[in-house]
Amino acid sequence: MHDLTPLTALGASKPRSDTIGPVTISEAPDVALASVTARLGQEAACQDALRALLGIPAPDIAAYASGPQLSAFWIGPDSWMIMAPYDTHPGLANRLTSVCKDTASVTDQTGAWARFDLTGPDLPRLMERLCNLDLAHMPPGRARRSVIDHLGCYVIKHQDGILLFAPRSAAQSLHHALLTAAQAALR
Amino acid sequence: MRLRTGGQIDRSTQISFRFDNRWYKGHPGDTLASALLANGVRLMGRSFKYHRPRGPLTAGSDEPNALVELRSGGRQEPNTRATVIELFDGLRAQPQNAWPSLSFDALAINDRLSPVLTAGFYYKTFMWPAAFWEKLYEPIIRRAAGLGSITTKPDPDAYDKGFLHCDLLIIGAGPSGLMAALTAGRAGARVILADEDFRMGGRLNAETFAISDRAGSDWAAQTLAELATLPNLRLMPRTTVFGAFDHGIYGAVERVSDHLPTPPMGKPRQTLWRIYTKRTLLCAGALERPIAFAKNDRPGIMTASALRAYVNRWAAAPADTAAVFTNNDDGHRTAADLIAKGVKVAALIDTRPDAPTIAGTELLAGAQVIDTSGRLGLTGITVKLANGETRKIKTGALGVSGGWNPTVALTCHQRGRPAWDDSIAAFTPAGDLPPGMTVAGAAEGQFSTHAALAGGAAKAAQALDDLGITARTPDLPQAEDAPTKITPFWHVKGDKRAWLDFQNDVTVKDVKLAHQEGFRAVEHLKRYTTLGMATDQGKTSNMGGLAVMAELTGATIAQTGTTMFRPPYTPVAMGALAGRSTGPDFRPTRLTPSHHWAKEQGAEFVEVGMWLRAQWFPRPGEKTWRDTVDREVRATRASVGVCDVTTLGKIDVQGRDAAAFLNRIYCNGFAKLAVGRVRYGLMLREDGIAFDDGTAARLAEDHFVVTTTTANAVAVYRHMEFARQCLWPDMDVQLISTTEAWAQYAIAGPNARKLLQKLVDPAFDISNDAFPFMACAELTICNGCPARLFRISFSGELAYELAVPTRYGDALIRRIMAEGTEFGVTPYGTEALGVMRIEKGHAAGNELNGQTTALNLGMGRMVSDKKDSIGAVLSRREGLNTPDALKLVGLRPKDPQTRIPAGAHLLETGTRTIAAHDLGYVTSACYSPTLDSYIALGFLKAGDTRMGQTLRAASPLTGEDVPIEVTSPHFVDPEGERLRA
Amino acid sequence: MIIHHPLLGPCDAQEFTYMGDARLIDRPDGMAEGSDAAFHDYAYLRENPAGEHRELWFHEQGDRSWLVVTRNTLTHEITQVELARDVARKQGRSR
Repeated sequence: MHDLTPLTALGASKPRSDTIGPVTISEAPDVALASVTARLGQEAACQDALRALLGIPAPDIAAYASGPQLSAFWIGPDSWMIMAPYDTHPGLANRLTSVCKDTASVTDQTGAWARFDLTGPDLPRLMERLCNLDLAHMPPGRARRSVIDHLGCYVIKHQDGILLFAPRSAAQSLHHALLTAAQAALR
Repeated sequence: MRLRTGGQIDRSTQISFRFDNRWYKGHPGDTLASALLANGVRLMGRSFKYHRPRGPLTAGSDEPNALVELRSGGRQEPNTRATVIELFDGLRAQPQNAWPSLSFDALAINDRLSPVLTAGFYYKTFMWPAAFWEKLYEPIIRRAAGLGSITTKPDPDAYDKGFLHCDLLIIGAGPSGLMAALTAGRAGARVILADEDFRMGGRLNAETFAISDRAGSDWAAQTLAELATLPNLRLMPRTTVFGAFDHGIYGAVERVSDHLPTPPMGKPRQTLWRIYTKRTLLCAGALERPIAFAKNDRPGIMTASALRAYVNRWAAAPADTAAVFTNNDDGHRTAADLIAKGVKVAALIDTRPDAPTIAGTELLAGAQVIDTSGRLGLTGITVKLANGETRKIKTGALGVSGGWNPTVALTCHQRGRPAWDDSIAAFTPAGDLPPGMTVAGAAEGQFSTHAALAGGAAKAAQALDDLGITARTPDLPQAEDAPTKITPFWHVKGDKRAWLDFQNDVTVKDVKLAHQEGFRAVEHLKRYTTLGMATDQGKTSNMGGLAVMAELTGATIAQTGTTMFRPPYTPVAMGALAGRSTGPDFRPTRLTPSHHWAKEQGAEFVEVGMWLRAQWFPRPGEKTWRDTVDREVRATRASVGVCDVTTLGKIDVQGRDAAAFLNRIYCNGFAKLAVGRVRYGLMLREDGIAFDDGTAARLAEDHFVVTTTTANAVAVYRHMEFARQCLWPDMDVQLISTTEAWAQYAIAGPNARKLLQKLVDPAFDISNDAFPFMACAELTICNGCPARLFRISFSGELAYELAVPTRYGDALIRRIMAEGTEFGVTPYGTEALGVMRIEKGHAAGNELNGQTTALNLGMGRMVSDKKDSIGAVLSRREGLNTPDALKLVGLRPKDPQTRIPAGAHLLETGTRTIAAHDLGYVTSACYSPTLDSYIALGFLKAGDTRMGQTLRAASPLTGEDVPIEVTSPHFVDPEGERLRA
Repeated sequence: MIIHHPLLGPCDAQEFTYMGDARLIDRPDGMAEGSDAAFHDYAYLRENPAGEHRELWFHEQGDRSWLVVTRNTLTHEITQVELARDVARKQGRSR
């Protein structure tokens, strides 16, 4: 096992968590991510492979779903992001490649996105200061990409809160925006 | 003066405020204007051009006169309307456009000069010489004529932005808006009710008539209390919907903290909302317009509705005696309300000979106000009676009503034009409203309270019906339903100045002059006279101005038309438009994986796009940045250096057709690139101009990683997706950005391999034979960490780029530095990177500048004619391939220690520095520590045939003129031996 | 503006990048005889109608689909939105 020590997207060894009013904003660094895009003509076969792996059908357009171990969200036509705990799935992309074989193109995205988990009541009141998505009326299980503070971010609404994915290099800027908006909206 | 009773003010609390260097007392619920009037202050400002004393004309956001500078220091806000400033304890405001004081203003001399300061005086008076404009005329005019001054200190407060969604947006919370909100709110629709005022209720708060069995203001309060309980309805007081944009998007500013001394911790002063709505109901009411007559601008003269609003809502009377001048029945309400409140009404002057009488004052029917008196405030008026006699009347206040204009502005924001309605003598919304918008109440020209209530309910139900939501119309409460009775009357004829536009000092005479000089179209009239410009955009003046113009041209008002209404409805602060994006938060900052480490090293950073990159790493004793950069270059070329190159764009290209796809994207060939190899690629735009360059590494038959320049990462990805989806939709190729997924370091210099061999796991052979120049591999380092290694070189040295998952980027740079100690490994920044690439003659952004071709760059032969690739065809056209086409060359100064200015032009020795002699230009310049000489790259006409020639690099901008010699652009290691070592 | 993305429904135009005339899909064959004239027209000649216009929009901050948006340049009314890939195939483009 190599001895390079990972750093979180916010540049620390431990993930950061802030509670502002009723909302908690936590950095979630230990997430393995990989994108899967069906090859041309292999769309059905790719979906079959994903279903076998996830234990659930690959999410529909703009949807998010969790299987027993892995979860997935739609990112584009015939394209998904697969998500798993990093500790148990450090080689997520390789596993996907071996499962999907030549039905899909797989790309490791683990380091590409910083994830922030938002929990607490009235998250839409915070999110309405950040992005144009109508989160108050969006049912859980939806995943959309939109602009937050000039950055293309994935916003996932699930039963217990919101997952936010920002380009990793801009994690500090997004985190700052989250805290500022939370102060304005919630305190 | 403050009336003994009444008003929606909290008399139990007294608050202090300061205006014009004096302290006053007011109550919560007051505006600055109402509180000043209650304190007997009518004079609140000086006019724009003539510096005439002015008091409030209105009681709302349409105010042209009572503009003040609110707050001080970084919070100082000019041109704030005293009529809408919500009073708070400790408020400080100063009059503006007056010196030395409001009551004695030296520039009131302008008023005497009015004969020369007429319409178009800018155009006529200060014609020439042209140079005088900037240096003399404009500064003088700016000082003399103008509004408030802005602070030069930074605004200490935060502003915010946000997005709201609703089924129905109701703009305005008067009787129609409240009734609409009640209808839609009870039906369960998502509703936003926004109103610019801090107290919702609209005119109901300013009127005395009843709704059902209670006062209108009480009915409003009670209705609002119910609305506040509805979870599906959002009440937004202090919120101006200022623009109707495309497809149901509205802009609104919420003044979150303007009514507080300073915003609470973490709260914004204002929030700019982008509202997405399915339907919109405009209930913006109407604004009363004045009548122009001689000297109609004295403090104390205001619209009749403002006069009664001050008395009814704020219990503030501008004087103990008032008079009313009207052409319609609504003016009579003001007289009646004043009398009811105990204010003496000296006379009701009605232009209509058949005006109805009222109890409590004398009606002067068929009469007109022809003059006024009072230097700093109204003391009396002169009335011409129906029989031709004149009568002087003493009064300190005059309410003027010329009728009401529906507030149609938002109906016109998408090029809609209102239509003239003779029955109310006003423009009303026509058919071409922004899609999804309907109008109710006074904004539609329905002036009675009953009509407003009924219209609000019906239009809200109709809007919801469109959306498939059934709404039950609430029972309509009883309310007045008086018809509108008006006889149009715009201005009293006479020789003295009669103001139409108070803010811009435009009089009836100015409109006549504009007419006489041919500026007759309303848009010309506006530009020539400035009628309807500035902060109030003519809310009280446009109608009068165009009515006078109609009279002069003989056209009807309908034919004359209005000027265009554009957003914003009322001024919006720049801060609100910027929101959170100010200062360091202007845009996001992207940090490289080595950022924290580099900061520890004391690196200087430079912004490259959104990225913050280490520019150089100063060491103690280095006096200038050049010392540092020279050291970094020398150390790299002598042993080994390391640089974070994560910012270069990386695009994962996969699929059966990946190679064929890249073959079309790049002008050079990629189909035959072997697995495990990297190739330099040049992308052209379809017009044949170079677009971007980078490398493509083939990791597998069906898998490439393409790199782009830092600046073009987004554009290249977009371009490739365009090619994939729009040009060749049936190619099996998948693209995704992986820029952020990998931390990538360039390790360059003669000892690069030795250093790498300490990192790369022993299972992988990276000897020169096994891993030659332009090789690539997926391998592991540091005992099992997955990595990618590319043997590519931007510096010209033996060099590699090593990539690991981003999370390990920080650990890797520390490990490289630790393992490289024995070689004296030196971190280098973007500046040394730039120096080394110039020394090597590699083109970068300065050379790929959107004007240059492969031929210009010395890569003409790379463009393959054996295949179809983007830009290839047009790159071959004649005009881009002339014998004297620009060629990339190296430039060395005759004196090695004289710098070559970047951007300088290349000319023959002995010629004049004029464009006709231009031979090319310098693109990149630096000091080369390797050559101990300044060097540069540049484009030179037929440069490849001019090697060894002496030219000069002239920069007329800096005055530099440097003799230079033309050389190969490859200053260092032209044969490429180092990078293959 | 709101663009009704065929897959995602209404999206704010701020998520998109605009490119212009959808005729850019009709790229000539670079290997054909006389292709320089065809490419000249392709690269430089554009309709700029005051009225209905078919144009390319890229959902850059969204799902990265290129769309063909039929928009009235006078009123901004959008009457049709298609995936550019489907349009390209319909117009006979393949590989």
